[in-house]
Amino acid sequence: MDPVYIARHPAAAWRRLEDEVIVISASDSSLFTLNEVAAEIWECADGRTPLAEIVAHHIVTRYGVGFDEAYRDARELVEQLAGKGILIVSGEPITGGDGR
Amino acid sequence: MHRESARFRVVINIGGLAIGFVGTDPAIAQSLERRYHAYLASPLAPATCEFTVVRATARVEGDNAGVEITHHDGRWFIRRGSLSAEYDPAAARGSAHLDDRPYNIDSLLRIVHTLLLAREGGFLLHAASAVRDGHALVFTGASGAGKTTICRLAPPDAVLLTDEISYLRPTAHGYTAFGTPFTGELGIPGMPISAPVRAVYLLAHGDRTRIEPMRPAEAVRSVLRHVLFFATEPESVQAVLNAVCQFTRSTPVYRLEFRPEPDVWERI
Repeated sequence: MDPVYIARHPAAAWRRLEDEVIVISASDSSLFTLNEVAAEIWECADGRTPLAEIVAHHIVTRYGVGFDEAYRDARELVEQLAGKGILIVSGEPITGGDGR
Repeated sequence: MHRESARFRVVINIGGLAIGFVGTDPAIAQSLERRYHAYLASPLAPATCEFTVVRATARVEGDNAGVEITHHDGRWFIRRGSLSAEYDPAAARGSAHLDDRPYNIDSLLRIVHTLLLAREGGFLLHAASAVRDGHALVFTGASGAGKTTICRLAPPDAVLLTDEISYLRPTAHGYTAFGTPFTGELGIPGMPISAPVRAVYLLAHGDRTRIEPMRPAEAVRSVLRHVLFFATEPESVQAVLNAVCQFTRSTPVYRLEFRPEPDVWERI
């Protein structure tokens, strides 16, 4: 499995609210709400931690789902968020994310 | 022979933030003084920022031209129809080309206030608001949700702050709503007073009056959808998101479904 790295886009404003994360794309003011699992992945998107590691440590253990299923869903999610312009996805570690 | 007009200075104080306008065009001075008479400060009053205004030579008809705001080299550039302005926040100075039509001046004021408020944890909200019993009630919602209707149903002891754009900023008394001159369908400027916000209601027409509290995340999303904000600079967008989160932490937000009858005010 090729490593996948994810980083929050610097033009995305966001806040955690209870078990959700609200994200605003600064470029077009679109508003997104991430559910509990998506919020977990979002907060771990530091550009340095491989997605597989995020899924294994934060999703599989916490939510009791199989790795393959969780990883497939996570890949789908990060591609969606990248398509919205609020997440950066790369095969290499990423610098220049929001740095938080 | 060209004769130079006298220089004017008009200071408009909305929400405790005074903006000065200086220029020489008497038509612009008169327009400012007429439209914002309830919000005028002394021409000698200190201002949070000051704009030099000159008459726009190009004229664009229609008041629904889109707003274009860009930010570079530390300055904001604003365009909307025949309004063209730039603002340097570090110097607290700007310049504007505009004509004496009210919506151009309104646009400039609204945009500059959103930029100033973002630094202070405040924001403008598409919402009607009124003061009753010493507290402000804020009614937000999409166009047609009932902002004008709720204002028309207001009892005599409620003082209208605005039927269109609510001005919300933190003060020593918590989040406070201020009157604004920005009018909606009613066409009546709000009174230049302020009061701490007691509650926000997200309006919807219904066949009966029903009030439900909203969960924090839902409240943030609902308020955010109606925040008036133009900048696309990430720091400013983050500041507005933080402000709305802070606001909804300290202010209850309810969904208010209502029948257009006066007793709705007794229920809230």
